[in-house]
Amino acid sequence: MSTLAHDHDHAPSGLKRWIYSTNHKDIGTLYLIFALTMFFVGGAMAMIIRAELFQPGLQFVDPQFYNSMVTVHALIMIFGAVMPAGVGLANWMIPLMIGAPDMALPRMNNMSFWILPFGFALLISTLFMEGGGPAGGWTMYPPLVLQTGDAFPFLIFAIHFLGISSIMGAINIIATVFNMRAPGMSLMQMPLFVWTWVITSFLLIAALPVLAGAVTMLLTDKYFGTSFFDAAGGGDPVMFQHIFWFFGHPEVYILALPAFGIISQVIPAFSRKPLFGYASMVYATASIAILSFVVWAHHMFTVGMPLKGELFFMYATMLIAVPTGVKVFNWMATMWRGAMTFETPMLFAIAFVILFTIGGFSGLMLGMAPVDFQYHDTYFVVAHFHYVLLTGAVFALMSAVYYWLPKWTGYMYDEKLGKIHFWLSTIAANVLFFPQHFLGLAGMPRRIPDYNIQFADFNMISSIGGFAYGLTQLLFVYIVIKCALGGKKAKDKAWEGARGLEWYVPSPAPHHTFETPPKLTKQMLEM
Amino acid sequence: MKTFFIKFLSILALFPLTAFAEWGLNMREGVTQISQRVYDLHMLTLWVVTVIGIVVFGIMFWSIFHHRKSKGVKPAKFSHSTTVEVIWTAIPLAIIIALAVPATKLLIDMEDTSGSQITVKATGYQWKWKYDYIDDDLTIFSVLDTKSTEVSQLNSGLNPMENENYLLDVDEPIVLPTNTKIRILTTAQDVIHAWWVPDLGWKRDAIPGFINDNWAVIDKPGTYRGQCAEICGKGHGYMPIVVKAVPMDEYRIWVAEKKQEAEAKKNTADMVLTMEELMTKGEAVYKAQCLACHQANGEGVPGVFPALAGSAVAIEPDQRLGHIHRIIYGKNLMPAFGEQLSDVDIAAVTTYERNAWGNDTGDIVQAKEVSEARNKK
Amino acid sequence: MASKDIYYVPHSSKWPLVGSLALFTTFIGGGMLFNDNPNANYVLLIGAAAVVYMFVGWFNDVINESTSGKYSKQVDTSFRMGMGWFIFSEVMFFAAFFGALFYARMFSIPWLGGEGHGGHNGTHQFLWDSFQASWPLSVMPDPSKFTEYKDVIPAWGIPALNTALLLASGVTVTLAHWALKAGNRQKLVLWLFLTVALGFIFVYFQVEEYAHAMNDLNITLNSGIYGSTFYMLTGFHGFHVTMGAVMLLVILLRCLKGHFTKKDHFAFEAVAWYWHFVDVVWLGLFIFVYWI
Ligand code: HEA
Ligand code: HEA
Ligand code: HEC
Ligand code: CUA
Ligand SMILES: [Cu+2]
Repeated sequence: MSTLAHDHDHAPSGLKRWIYSTNHKDIGTLYLIFALTMFFVGGAMAMIIRAELFQPGLQFVDPQFYNSMVTVHALIMIFGAVMPAGVGLANWMIPLMIGAPDMALPRMNNMSFWILPFGFALLISTLFMEGGGPAGGWTMYPPLVLQTGDAFPFLIFAIHFLGISSIMGAINIIATVFNMRAPGMSLMQMPLFVWTWVITSFLLIAALPVLAGAVTMLLTDKYFGTSFFDAAGGGDPVMFQHIFWFFGHPEVYILALPAFGIISQVIPAFSRKPLFGYASMVYATASIAILSFVVWAHHMFTVGMPLKGELFFMYATMLIAVPTGVKVFNWMATMWRGAMTFETPMLFAIAFVILFTIGGFSGLMLGMAPVDFQYHDTYFVVAHFHYVLLTGAVFALMSAVYYWLPKWTGYMYDEKLGKIHFWLSTIAANVLFFPQHFLGLAGMPRRIPDYNIQFADFNMISSIGGFAYGLTQLLFVYIVIKCALGGKKAKDKAWEGARGLEWYVPSPAPHHTFETPPKLTKQMLEM
Repeated sequence: MKTFFIKFLSILALFPLTAFAEWGLNMREGVTQISQRVYDLHMLTLWVVTVIGIVVFGIMFWSIFHHRKSKGVKPAKFSHSTTVEVIWTAIPLAIIIALAVPATKLLIDMEDTSGSQITVKATGYQWKWKYDYIDDDLTIFSVLDTKSTEVSQLNSGLNPMENENYLLDVDEPIVLPTNTKIRILTTAQDVIHAWWVPDLGWKRDAIPGFINDNWAVIDKPGTYRGQCAEICGKGHGYMPIVVKAVPMDEYRIWVAEKKQEAEAKKNTADMVLTMEELMTKGEAVYKAQCLACHQANGEGVPGVFPALAGSAVAIEPDQRLGHIHRIIYGKNLMPAFGEQLSDVDIAAVTTYERNAWGNDTGDIVQAKEVSEARNKK
Repeated sequence: MASKDIYYVPHSSKWPLVGSLALFTTFIGGGMLFNDNPNANYVLLIGAAAVVYMFVGWFNDVINESTSGKYSKQVDTSFRMGMGWFIFSEVMFFAAFFGALFYARMFSIPWLGGEGHGGHNGTHQFLWDSFQASWPLSVMPDPSKFTEYKDVIPAWGIPALNTALLLASGVTVTLAHWALKAGNRQKLVLWLFLTVALGFIFVYFQVEEYAHAMNDLNITLNSGIYGSTFYMLTGFHGFHVTMGAVMLLVILLRCLKGHFTKKDHFAFEAVAWYWHFVDVVWLGLFIFVYWI
């Protein structure tokens, strides 16, 4: 197999290799390590949240700090953990999957990574400033967010900064996919993971600048006397919400689509059967992306929009269930009459399909405007989005890590530990978030540090699940480190049923691959 | 269904913690026709997705059990089928349309506020509610009850479990008549809040500078509790809503009484109290209105809410008027209390602040001084 | 070494890290500035200098690689895609502010003025009963908090002139491109010089207009939603024109140094695209901010 890789393979060594890197694999690794770190930082904040909510009454933190924990937890998980993990995978895998020597713009690639640590330094530093960190929720609604103290401009600039990183990353992916495919690979022959990332990149480029604009208006409202979000000057606080969610809803698909891509790689591999309905998968992904730009106001059903607006956004929101359903059914049909085995990646993928769908179901319920008047801003919503984000996006990322670890490290991870990690995670995550549905329906609002005693039991259960889930992730780190250090040698094609070009290069993948374009065979292009 | 099962078991295992009946698992049906319809639509959707879930997961688990390599299955080769793809696009679409029809009807009815008999305007403040009974020219303020406030302080050492309505009680519940179409307007003074009483079947954001409206016809007399449902800062968890629904004639009596009370409150300028009385009253007012920001010990929250203990405003003799004005008119994030508190209340709380937490100025502020302060800006 | 078959993957480079640090410093400086920190200016200055250093260094590397023939056609395509999608992201950035303008004109102002069904009647009745909706909004719902202004900038004065200037510059830059492709260096420099000049004249007039608006008409950022949208849209646009003009100037200098060839002049084209983008945004501004 080594024909596809060069033997004079030499990686620059030392610190410079990492900080000055232009190598997609190194940068991918940096992204992934950074994302995992941030997952722990954001997770630690979630642990503070869950500890405070363990019992009614205030035990650990004051309400202002609680609010900033909620806010920063969300910002870190979304912008620091899930998005960078996705970009890290894209970096590592897209060039391998399409037979490219590297990303199209390697230097820019490194910059989009290096912005992240500095951006989060900026964000996290706000927690230590006078007046505390941002505490208005990750949605940053004015006028509340304008009451932030010294942290305020740093919050805004951190968002600008991180936005720049994401946009550069997205541009790079688009250029790579459209310009760097190995000769003979048409768009409709690309692995689905690549497809989902191209479409995600479009979402990023279209959505993030809008967020940048929105927070810029916050900045000028606070410091320059503009009145975008102030009725006294002819503006409207709700205007911010419209602009924010025009970004915010596509954003949640930015987190979800790469996960769909991962699952579409993993399920066929362990079913030993081609992906069912490849073309309809591509079209469904594209439909979801397009629809995601016209559903934003489902986050604001209670702001008092005109009836016609509410109806429009309700219908559009419900419509998204159709293409998403197509994807779920396609995965189901891929498994149907396959010859399945259940290694850890597959377990996470199956759990993803089930638990994401449960999250999707509650999403559909939220999408029905008149009923959302009850659900909105309660723990029902919190349950919904953790199902799609944690047992959705994060589970898919876990699946991806297990699936590609052999390719990255050259060793097989410890399967037994992997399975334990899976089962503990799955049980804990459900204990953590399933009761939150009940809490929400029973009337517990979100973003409160203390609650009435009728909510005490479920909160305690949820917190226990939370701690268990958190501790379990330490096992994950152990498994990954153990695998990086050694173990059973991985074959080039680490999984019997794996499909795609990445399995035709050695394991571990050499520093440089496809420096000259590969000659594609029919077998390599199989889905 | 393995994950389901395990999840279920783990919840069951923890069940003995409390009696089963106390567990609110589902949405409340509420006490209006609308809330009932909302509940029905919620249940309908829940059942629909449950059935879809059972079918989809059922098929998946069937194939997980039967189509495994360990059973010696050879994988099939098929990779698409236009027919089934069309079917599984069409069926969900049909289901969604079927759900959208009742949702649309309900939404249209919910938005129709015409023909209301009473209008109440709810204004959110950080962190209390003000209610204007527009037709009766009556205004009341409603804040978290002092008991909950005390218990809810960080490490208060008091046990919240002792109070069934912990964080859900207010000093002044609002009273609404039953069997009457009540139009409820929501707005806010400072930041966005949301007015939510689950038993009425909806919540509505209270947005500064704009007014939203909604309506309710309450079928059953009773006490209905809710909370602010939009993050509004530090005290977001501490601004509950209590609605007491009573028959129309009782409501009329209540309005009359409240108006009398308000009238009495207006003329407190001539009251003269002793230091002791002022301090007791002042402490009560402080706990109810000021503690949320300036904290029980008067230390405030650094960088956000200034300390009153040792603050020049609360000590220096020449800042006495400024102190009173700060309370009457507010400043920046400090809300104005002039409208809400009577002269004697303000006098008492000023006295209290000038003598508590080691401020020991010995100053006594009487209601007359406050009344005069109102007139010279 | 240079091979047209192999995609050029640069060896390690310090610029990305320098760039990230530079931006980091700049943002810290900005944050300090808003918090009235006395040292903010120094930090900002260091940051800005580092940003310039990064750009100069980075582009120098790229230019050297390009002139030494390391870039294949495929690399060129990557650059093109990069620039194209970057411009698209800029379009979306402006979309946010146009969105704000449309929202204010179509929804919030009419609602405050009593239009609309449902609750928004209440808005006017209970909160702003003396407010009259109008555009441009000259009397704010709460006039006491805002600077009142006398008049708005009429479309057919400086703005129309500026429109003509920018449109003309769009033509001249295209003429310059044609000249470049035809290998006519003299014409190239002439047309490009004219473009740069038109760009800076535009900026000059824009500054004049701002001076007029602030001093004579009393329009400020604090003039309610009209002032807000006016300055944010024209301000960000003006900033982009300035950047575009500076970039054109750099290209002009490079032309004078004899940099581009008939076939190989991506930097020129990228800046030209950018210039057209700025141009199109201006048309949107002229129509929606000044005219209707
Ligand atoms: C990965 C992220 C992600 C994903 C994929 C989704 C997916 C969906 N979301 Fe979710 N959502 C969030 C992240 C996400 N969401 C977040 C973070 C918030 C809260 C933000 C905040 O306020 O902080 C939120 C909030 C949120 C709200 C606002 C709630 C409120 O605040 O009141 C709504 C309302 O409509 C909603 C709806 C939906 C819908 C309809 C989908 C659909 O895409 C789901 C579609 C999937 C299915 C339906 C399942 C599979 C389909 C089938 C098996 C076919 C058959 C099914 C039917 C016919 C029903 N979401
Ligand atoms: C990708 C996104 C993502 C992810 C992965 C998570 C993961 C988790 N979230 Fe988060 N969450 C959000 C996105 C996400 N969340 C968003 C968008 C909000 C809304 C914010 C807002 O309202 O503005 C939110 C809000 C939110 C709330 C609601 C707060 C409130 O409204 O008051 C809660 C409460 O339980 C919560 C809990 C958790 C928990 C327990 C996890 C866990 O899964 C985390 C698990 C990870 C770890 C625990 C780290 C690993 C382990 C260690 C650090 C070792 C130490 C462990 C122990 C000591 C036990 N989250
Ligand atoms: C919503 C929070 C909040 C509540 C409730 C509140 N305050 Fe304040 N208070 C503030 C803030 C913020 C300031 C600082 C205002 C400024 O100077 O910008 C302040 C300032 C003051 C000051 C001036 C202190 C100084 O050193 O400048 C006094 C006196 C005061 N408050 C008294 C009261 C009293 C009495 C009450 C209750 C009746 C009360 N406050 C309730 C937030 C609050
Ligand atoms: Cu008021 Cu939350
Ligand atoms: Cu959404």
